[in-house]
Amino acid sequence: MKPFTYERATSASAAAAAAADNPGAKFIAGGTNLLDLMKLQIEAPSHLIDVNGLDLDKIEPTQDGGLRIGALVRNTDLAADKRVRKDYGLLSRALLAGASGQLRNKATTAGNLLQRTRCPYFYDTNQPCNKRQPGSGCSAIGGVTRQLAVIGSSDACIATNPSDMAVAMRALDAMVETIDPAGAARRIPVADFHRLPGDTPQVETALQPGELITAVTLPKPVGGKQIYHKVRDRASYAFALISVAAVVQPDGSGRVAVGGVAHKPWRVEAAEGEMPHGAKAVAEKLLAGAKPTDENAFKLPLVERTLAAVLAEARA
Amino acid sequence: MKFDTPATTNPIDQLKVVGKGYTRIDGPMKTTGTAPYAYERHDVVDNPAYGYVLGSAIAKGKITSMDLDAAKGAPGVIIIVTADNAGKLGKGKLNTAHLLGGPAIEHYHQAVALVVAQTFEQARSAAALIRVSYQEDQGTYDLAAAKNIAPVAKDEPDAKSATSVGDFAGAFAAAPVKLDATYTTPDHSHSMMEPFASMAAWTGNKVTIWTSNQLIHSSTEDVAATLNLPNDNVRLISPFIGGGFGGKLFIRSDVILAALGARAAGQPVKVTLQRPLIPNNTTHRASTIQRIRIGALADGHITAIGHEGWSGNLPEGRPETAVMQTRLLYAGANRMTATRLATLDLPEGNAMRAPGEAPGLMALEIAMDEIADKLGMDPVQFRILNDTQVDPEKPSRPYSRRALVECLKMGADKFGWAKRGAPGKTVDGRWLVGMGMAAGFRNSMVKKSGAKVYLDGKGDITVETDMTDIGTGTYTILAQTAAEMMGVGLHQVVVRLGDSTYPVSPGSGGQFGASNSTSGVYAACLKLREAVAQKLGFKSDDTMFADGRVTSGSRSAALADAAGEVGLQAEDAIEYGDLDKKYQESTFAGHFVEAAVNSYTGEIRVRRMLAVCAAGRILNPKTARSQVIGAMTMGVGAALMEELAVDTRRGFFVNHDLAGYEVPVHADIPHQDVIFLDETDPIANPMKAKGVGELGLCGVAAAVANAVYNATGVRVRDYPITLDKYLTRLPAVA
Repeated sequence: MKPFTYERATSASAAAAAAADNPGAKFIAGGTNLLDLMKLQIEAPSHLIDVNGLDLDKIEPTQDGGLRIGALVRNTDLAADKRVRKDYGLLSRALLAGASGQLRNKATTAGNLLQRTRCPYFYDTNQPCNKRQPGSGCSAIGGVTRQLAVIGSSDACIATNPSDMAVAMRALDAMVETIDPAGAARRIPVADFHRLPGDTPQVETALQPGELITAVTLPKPVGGKQIYHKVRDRASYAFALISVAAVVQPDGSGRVAVGGVAHKPWRVEAAEGEMPHGAKAVAEKLLAGAKPTDENAFKLPLVERTLAAVLAEARA
Repeated sequence: MKFDTPATTNPIDQLKVVGKGYTRIDGPMKTTGTAPYAYERHDVVDNPAYGYVLGSAIAKGKITSMDLDAAKGAPGVIIIVTADNAGKLGKGKLNTAHLLGGPAIEHYHQAVALVVAQTFEQARSAAALIRVSYQEDQGTYDLAAAKNIAPVAKDEPDAKSATSVGDFAGAFAAAPVKLDATYTTPDHSHSMMEPFASMAAWTGNKVTIWTSNQLIHSSTEDVAATLNLPNDNVRLISPFIGGGFGGKLFIRSDVILAALGARAAGQPVKVTLQRPLIPNNTTHRASTIQRIRIGALADGHITAIGHEGWSGNLPEGRPETAVMQTRLLYAGANRMTATRLATLDLPEGNAMRAPGEAPGLMALEIAMDEIADKLGMDPVQFRILNDTQVDPEKPSRPYSRRALVECLKMGADKFGWAKRGAPGKTVDGRWLVGMGMAAGFRNSMVKKSGAKVYLDGKGDITVETDMTDIGTGTYTILAQTAAEMMGVGLHQVVVRLGDSTYPVSPGSGGQFGASNSTSGVYAACLKLREAVAQKLGFKSDDTMFADGRVTSGSRSAALADAAGEVGLQAEDAIEYGDLDKKYQESTFAGHFVEAAVNSYTGEIRVRRMLAVCAAGRILNPKTARSQVIGAMTMGVGAALMEELAVDTRRGFFVNHDLAGYEVPVHADIPHQDVIFLDETDPIANPMKAKGVGELGLCGVAAAVANAVYNATGVRVRDYPITLDKYLTRLPAVA
């Protein structure tokens, strides 16, 4: 960990302005990912802007019948919120499938969206990694890839996004609200928030320098059966091999997003038209163009079979 | 005392204290945070400096240059130790790779520098400023690729690496029912909760090291050998150990670097290995490839059994002896085993959680299930049919006590084995359900063990031995032994462990700790009883020790009265004759598992587990049960998730932290039952006890694997049994 300076932000706009004034600055909220990465010097901010004291920890109804979730709402509180449990069960289930109780108590909504990949080569600072050291190469390609991406990857990076929450947010068409250093607010569809790696895997989100997430909004409830099925090598406290977030309506139509397969939560709206025709038809369109390795090719049939399990559960 | 004839009735048989399920006497210290672990010995050293270990970035080659300037100038840095300034170092007898690398690099994350600073954070920060240049050599990292040129390993002191009885090839060829299958087990990491940690302080040319170590005596000698010191100049202290699993049988780089750092800094230094360094810097259980051939008659009798194992290690390293149990476990006139060892440049392979038998039974007990299936026999009945009461290689040599059949029968009865269905046929909603079983087998080794016992004026007893308690209950069973022998209550016994100035024990490993160390305390207590009788003027042969009193005929005195002003003390060791040559001494279990497999996703959930164990006298059923359920949990880990993933290009274990190396969490572990057969083994030792810790693991993974097969009808021969290995072989889903 490198020495750093620290301040407590007094307002969201002041936090964003402070970040713009300190090019090496990072925001810190729960710190469940950032502090680990700082200890390993994968992240080495020169300045930390603590946003925990900001008034961004409320869950409120929006005018169009949805919910506005403050950036600092803790994962535990979000998962337990009665409105979330009633109308956005998918989100509650995805949150509870992630991490551990202790981590969820600390982790925030915005921080969860910003957590970095768990690719083991990203974590080992002896190994080349284009995310950690742009241009150094990707040591994961050709290495141990069982957990890594099968679709949307590039020659520069095959890492996955580890978030469960973000997969549910993607299926629910969430919107990320931010404020920039000039004090201007903007709204970013979660679909556009996370990026594919391309040639610049170090750029993971649509956020501009200094831009601070203030909230995530959910549109009005979509109903249906909401199921999050996370498949992993042990029953709890592990990142997904793959996960399926689905909303299934009584007529068989619905939405599906998949985690653990790409650099971002993976959703192909065009595939959703096949939902009444079953998992195989959806998976074919959803995963078209996938480029798995020998080690992770199993993720393709696993997505299909997990989606089949979800559809069967929805019918039951 | 020399134990060379089977035990007869002795004071332990009273079972007033021994055999009772006492809660661990050190438990409150652990739950209140007052148990002294090495890294937190604030009571013995003021303001130690902190060391941070830098590991090699390559697996094989040499360091061409190290730039330490920036690190030396960083805030708080006191000294940096490297091979350049450490002086000439030797190597411990039990170490394969050097604990401080450079210029030659033998494996990934081999320690190449220790940064000593005023705070841990300063040391860590400065370590990141060291610039090392390497010349990388091509290494060999892939066991499967090296298998075909791997020679038969050197014989172990007690075991040949190639064995043959009868005509295996002829009998196998002639057998009407045959199995010839190959199994693999991956590299495993101990993943104990307490990382390797040591604190060293020098007085002149003598060093005291507070550390976390299972085997004090040989480790003390290995520190001395590495630092080129006389043995007497090294003192190791390790009263509490937060898990070892074989990883702490040896000294590792934390020990040596703490000592070197403290000497160079001129002040005490403490070092803990950072978690991501541990899997590659220390030892691991080596992966194996195992070929098993079994031939049987149509009635189920085995006529030929052969087991060949391949593993890899650094030059001069030892093999994973995965074939050993196959020499002993089942009958069969024609037999062969072979242990082959490839040279690999991965980190050092060494002992972990029942070395040999654990991975060996992972393969053998699937093979037994497979051939029972081919024979159309129940796998429990198949094992019972092929039971042997003698060493099958040497029929003149019986088992001291072998109750495997009883374990299997009782287990089948208690578990409801009769309800087991045909493979793939038991459905519970979206789950396929199956039952599996395996035999558990682990040898019981005899090893010399010493102890010193004191009686004080209050009638209290103190026991000292360099034995260790790795979380297993050693403190408690040694106190029970002394209390039984001296006729006092458990609360009147103090046990002191893990100090190299105490009498030598075999330490904790190979499930030999409990039986030998309690026997050592038994021997010392016999001497103390004689001293008490003599002091009181009693005849020693009819003296009774009970309720704090000593009675001989019509005479009686308080035990405390014998202590006098200065107290009484006695020291002795248990030593063994050749009973373990005349008899095969082993422990046995029947492991039963019910598992469910999600018919869509292939996810596995273990639903029930049962172990029925025969291990001689159970000294404390509560601590023994805790050991066995912990071991069963390790078995679930080995079956379903534990694997160090090898990058065969770069030569290292990629998932080198506890996020990437998965062990079971609570949600993975279902209801566990443990039954101990009520038995004693008077041939084993005066306690008539054997070990249970590793028995609880041996066979479990195969029982899980066999349950998965019974659930799905799909056989997986490569551990861990993760869904990617069978998903597409499950029935199609809509």
